[in-house]
Amino acid sequence: MTPLAAEQALDRYFLEARAKLLDIAAILDRIGRGANASAVENDPRLVRIREAIAVLGDQSGGRAERIQRIFSLEYEPGWRMPEPK
Amino acid sequence: MYYIDPHIHMISRITDDYERMAQCGCIAVSEPAFWAGFDRGSVEGFRDYFRHLTEFEPKRAAQFNIRHYSWLCINAKEAENVSLAREVIAMIPDFLDRPNVLGIGEIGLNKNTPNEATIFQEHVDLAMKTNELILIHTPHLEDKYKGTRMIIDMLKNDRRVDPARVLIDHVEEHTVRLALDGGFWCAMTLYPTTKCTPARAVDILEMVGTDNIMVNSAGDWGKSDPMAVPQLIQEMKHRGHSEAAIRKVVFENPLKFFRQSHRWQEWEIPEPSRDEVPAETQA
Repeated sequence: MTPLAAEQALDRYFLEARAKLLDIAAILDRIGRGANASAVENDPRLVRIREAIAVLGDQSGGRAERIQRIFSLEYEPGWRMPEPK
Repeated sequence: MYYIDPHIHMISRITDDYERMAQCGCIAVSEPAFWAGFDRGSVEGFRDYFRHLTEFEPKRAAQFNIRHYSWLCINAKEAENVSLAREVIAMIPDFLDRPNVLGIGEIGLNKNTPNEATIFQEHVDLAMKTNELILIHTPHLEDKYKGTRMIIDMLKNDRRVDPARVLIDHVEEHTVRLALDGGFWCAMTLYPTTKCTPARAVDILEMVGTDNIMVNSAGDWGKSDPMAVPQLIQEMKHRGHSEAAIRKVVFENPLKFFRQSHRWQEWEIPEPSRDEVPAETQA
């Protein structure tokens, strides 16, 4: 399956990207305006949001997958699994 | 364009949804057993649920010429009650001769607990003893990556399991390759906030291709849209993908997976339009 040419993709999704970035900015402003904003400054969810935003500025691709992993618990190899019967 | 929604909980939807889906080209659905929104109190509650899935829903769907298939299990959310889960697993074979049952599902993990893993393995044991297909629910949000890895660990640890007879559902960007690289089938769920949007699902198709992958609405009693598969069709058309590629994802792939069920009975499959046939195979 051939993806859209980059210029076409930019034309088609620019306004959607702009709107979603504004939504994120507004959500962060909303949190910041709330009472006791400093109390959630280091909340792990906000920390992850900041990490995810940093990924957006990285040009090396795979951003969606990398952001998914930021919001994921780590796999624990060697966990004790039940045996088939 | 005809399509199949391979994961939708019609018990939670109104009859008008069947009608709208049929109007958009839906000709078959499959409905996995799932959590009712509360923990059921007895095995008899599940017996009634399985009767609903195998008796009432096929009739309701048939009013709109939609074929209704189902999958049976106790959902991972209720696996913490191990004794009830075992009673339900012991009762499932009473329904395995019903013509619309495709297999065992949607089994899986929810919060990745030891009890969930135990009951998951016991469902797999049942599926192996009865030669059933398996439909797997992978956990939500932060639990998904870890839970998907754990589920694949258990499946690979069981030499009886043929990955080609297992569908791993709710895959996203970080889990789709785990499923496909393991030889499993997989599905993407189109949910507005917590899973894939149609646009992201098409992105994933562009990255991994159209083999062994399908999409579903997983419409249920929560925020979900039974018309999600047609939205994906529109997104694929919007990006210029061929009718043949779209038909493969929304129709041929689920049909190919379902046909492996030993109870499968063929029905008259509508012929694709000329646009839905790859150019190289047209006369």
